[in-house]
Amino acid sequence: MEIAKALNPEQALRDAHPAALVGVKTFRDELTLVIDPAHIVTVAEFMRNTPGLLFNYLSDISAVDYYPEDTRPGRFGISYHIYSMLYNRRIRLKVFLQDEEPTVDTVTGVWSAANWLEREIYDMMGITFTGHPDLRRLLMPEDWDGHPHRRDYPLGYETVQFSFNAEDIMKHKPFAKE
Amino acid sequence: MATAEPKTQTGQLETWQGDVEALRGLVSERAMTGETMLLNMGPHHPSTHGVLRLLLELDGEEIVTCLPDVGFLHTGIEKNIEAKTYEKAVTLTDRMDYLSPMSNNMAFCLAVEKLVDLDVPERAQVIRVMCLELARVASHLVWLGTHALDMGAMSVFLYAFREREKILEMFESISGQRMMGSYIRPGGVWRDLTPDFLPSVERFLSEFPAIIGDYEALLTKNPIWLDRTQGIGVIEPEEALDLGMSGPSLRGSGVNWDIRKAMPYSGYEQYEFTVPLGEHGDVYDRFLIRIQEMRESLKIIRQAIDRLPDGPFRSNNRKFVPPPRSELGQSMEAVIHHFKLWTEGFSAPDEEVYVSIESPRGEIGCYLHGTGGNKPRRVHFKTPSFMHISALGKICQQYLIADVVAIIGSVDIVLGDCDR
Amino acid sequence: MGVSSKLGNLGVVTTTLEEAVNWGRTGAMWPLLFGLACCAIEMMSTQASHYDMSRFGMELNRASPRQADLIIVAGRVTRKMAPVIRQLYDQMPHPKWVVSMGDCASCGGVYNNYAIVQGVDEIIPVDVYVAGCPPRPEQLIHGIMTLHEKVRGERITDWAN
Repeated sequence: MEIAKALNPEQALRDAHPAALVGVKTFRDELTLVIDPAHIVTVAEFMRNTPGLLFNYLSDISAVDYYPEDTRPGRFGISYHIYSMLYNRRIRLKVFLQDEEPTVDTVTGVWSAANWLEREIYDMMGITFTGHPDLRRLLMPEDWDGHPHRRDYPLGYETVQFSFNAEDIMKHKPFAKE
Repeated sequence: MATAEPKTQTGQLETWQGDVEALRGLVSERAMTGETMLLNMGPHHPSTHGVLRLLLELDGEEIVTCLPDVGFLHTGIEKNIEAKTYEKAVTLTDRMDYLSPMSNNMAFCLAVEKLVDLDVPERAQVIRVMCLELARVASHLVWLGTHALDMGAMSVFLYAFREREKILEMFESISGQRMMGSYIRPGGVWRDLTPDFLPSVERFLSEFPAIIGDYEALLTKNPIWLDRTQGIGVIEPEEALDLGMSGPSLRGSGVNWDIRKAMPYSGYEQYEFTVPLGEHGDVYDRFLIRIQEMRESLKIIRQAIDRLPDGPFRSNNRKFVPPPRSELGQSMEAVIHHFKLWTEGFSAPDEEVYVSIESPRGEIGCYLHGTGGNKPRRVHFKTPSFMHISALGKICQQYLIADVVAIIGSVDIVLGDCDR
Repeated sequence: MGVSSKLGNLGVVTTTLEEAVNWGRTGAMWPLLFGLACCAIEMMSTQASHYDMSRFGMELNRASPRQADLIIVAGRVTRKMAPVIRQLYDQMPHPKWVVSMGDCASCGGVYNNYAIVQGVDEIIPVDVYVAGCPPRPEQLIHGIMTLHEKVRGERITDWAN
């Protein structure tokens, strides 16, 4: 079987879907392609199926919350780390989402591995993935309020007990009964 | 009755007893009419792999749907790391995948080193490789013991833990703690090797191959073991890739992908070892691969001992790595660096990196986003157990309920690794 | 036969009911097969060959709470897991004891955050706390010895409650 020559992902995407590519960045040899959120599924399919690219393995989807800074195009960023077994390289697709009702299309149709990774982001960051087959909370209890990994969600710090305040805390601690 | 709602003393509703209507679309239509049975397995169950809950839809003994439910061990480690400086966060990463804490340290430290562009001296790299491979053996030993225990072979558990104690003693001698050593730090390792470490590794290397032979004698050709494992939990290579599986579970299906070979880190390209591959992708192949991996790990440790160079065990870059104690009494600059690093920590740029390593279970990826300050903006760990549990539903289909524990054991999941 | 011949050699043993019962309870205190996190691995080490908890009559872990006397809460207790632990505890028959193993179970440990219950004693009453992250097997054994001491000190008047 003839193996297609490896393509430059940036150039290939620029040629095929010029509207989808918003920006390009390289940091420590990691290529990041910033994608328009409306085109993420098209780009994902293109990256997975085009000979010369064949990013057939989804390593990770990570979401990051840029609250409260607003120098970036949106409050939330989602990074798709995709890997090509054949050409042994990894790139990052990145989308930025706005603060109000952050929504992006799901890529579960392209890589099944995205299923739980997107559920985790829905749970932890409150980003909705339209078209996801099973969008429920994953890690937190189903009746939980809020999305813990947002930067404006408190860590939930309880006062640490030292000898000077131990008695005071012990008075209020809700000890279990038999 | 208005007061009949079951409540615990903590006041929370017992939500794990969900009703069938909420599962519409997730289980087959036959479950709605009661034709198939819904069985709740966990979160407390006899299989020794942690607090995993499986909702099984059964047609007789055959599994129609398997819905894993995780999060019973969600610890908020990622969020907690956002409140810590980079050096302090290493201790938290230990407690994710608690069977091989060194791998977690390694993934996080590599990400930090990449983010701030920090060098690691040669000696530290070799020590890291040695520790990682010892951790791999220790982790596989726990897997072997518990996997066999799940299937009813008690004695393997006792043998495996006997050997594991030896590795834990080595870790204790270099890091001061049996399990959660936090030995690998940004820029190198915490301390140099202790004098008794290398002799004990040597002794282990000479004893252990025969002991692996003992394990194999107990299991590999055991007819009960073969009956329970061969042809069970088969997963095709394309499907395994699509589901994001990695590590021995992926290689059991014959996909030759080992990050140590594909994207070498810490000097793995200089070691000679083979990557064992399976053919059928069943429970038995995954078992054989892990046994073989232990042997390969021994080879790597042997090569690491032979090449261990002299020199510093931590980077000399004082902006990121605290100076040794001996300098503190003589140099004012060292005192300043020491003070700065242990109070404020170092700063990292407002950029993102992703690093992945081959842990005993598969690909541990660390996504790290700095703020420009001394604490990360976001850390996310892609963990192998997470992907494997998400794949469980696919793998378990059409097998019998007794095979579920065999399959869970064979993909080697750790719930702390999954839930973080 | 066997008993009488033994008694013949030993003479007569007299004891109190309390002591006889407490001796029986400490001699075979079966723990629940229940692990949460890292500490569970150390608990497994404690039961395995090197440390061998069967020396204290504890080699048998019961998977069913109905057959267990002791629950070792080994690991961090999350908000999602808390009701489950309470139900397990409620299912155990009397007399029952609780060992909180490790810092996380005892007080939340390093995880002072939204997901972790700050001490399992908010959910079930704890008899013995074992410190450490994770505690060494020796520490766990010491904790269990402490529990045995506590049990041996129980009085017949307490049982009525």
